[in-house]
Amino acid sequence: MADISFLLLCFFLMVSNMDTDLGLARKLPPMPDPTVQPPPVNERNVFVVLVNAYDMLMVEGKVGNINTLRKDAKNFFLNPSNSPNLSEKKLENIPFIGPYEKSKGVISLQNDRGTSYEMYIKVQNELAAAINEMRDELAMQKFGKKFSDLSEEYSKAVAKAIPVAISEAEPKDVGGTK
Amino acid sequence: MGRFKKSGSKETPGINTGSMSDIVFMFLFFFMVITKIRQGELFVRISAPPATEVQKLERKNLVSYVYIGVPIKSNLYGVEPRIQLNDQFATSQDIAEFIANERAARDEADRQFLTTSMKVDKKVKMGVVTDVKQELRKVGAFKINYSTKKGKVTD
Repeated sequence: MADISFLLLCFFLMVSNMDTDLGLARKLPPMPDPTVQPPPVNERNVFVVLVNAYDMLMVEGKVGNINTLRKDAKNFFLNPSNSPNLSEKKLENIPFIGPYEKSKGVISLQNDRGTSYEMYIKVQNELAAAINEMRDELAMQKFGKKFSDLSEEYSKAVAKAIPVAISEAEPKDVGGTK
Repeated sequence: MGRFKKSGSKETPGINTGSMSDIVFMFLFFFMVITKIRQGELFVRISAPPATEVQKLERKNLVSYVYIGVPIKSNLYGVEPRIQLNDQFATSQDIAEFIANERAARDEADRQFLTTSMKVDKKVKMGVVTDVKQELRKVGAFKINYSTKKGKVTD
């Protein structure tokens, strides 16, 4: 019997793979309705990130760098100096947090058909990291815990104060295919 | 007082193997429980890009997988990135039918939680991925997950 179970054991050892599926969860926007005009957006509230076919970044009209993207995105949302070029903030009363200056900013991410998937994930990851860092900071300041350790209602409140405002623009073929 | 007389030779007794089968069985059950057998063979080579802000993919039974990568048998199928759904190559037009089938296979209550996991090779150009995403948007499968591995992104 031990022999048989040894055989089975070896079989399961071979076929099992322990890796768990990890990834970046995103929600796609619904298809745009051609009859409905998109609402007007103030230009200062949009943080434009473009990635071209050569995996180069353009952030807000300037050549960007993946290493500073996280900082730039955070700065755009938090706008500590109340600069007129960065996102507007609106005082909002959020349950459990109280009045909070919620940013109206949205990140608009546009990529080319020739962009590599690796670069695209890098950019997505940095933008997600910016949002996660801001959430952690707010959670730390208000509740003294990291965002992931908060109870459900608190984490909902923090998520309401700092939503994942990443919009993927309609795809364009601007840079041509490489 | 000869009762506690030591027997002449001092040989170490052999290991008792009686409980070995118990231990092996325990291992066996452990591996049986944690195992998930991959259904379907992978036809495309996929090396996931690294990311730090990863989340675990919950509820595996509500996940449908879309694989995009260069075919493993590139002498047969070429070196252009291809889409694999279930266990065959497909084009982006097949996504709608694939999602419809995936939905039909699940409980009505669970359908809204259906997630599409995009397992894409890091070398693939976004063109193919964008096509798939557009198809997913058309059929209303909005929840997606870009499969990545944990690792450092910037230097």
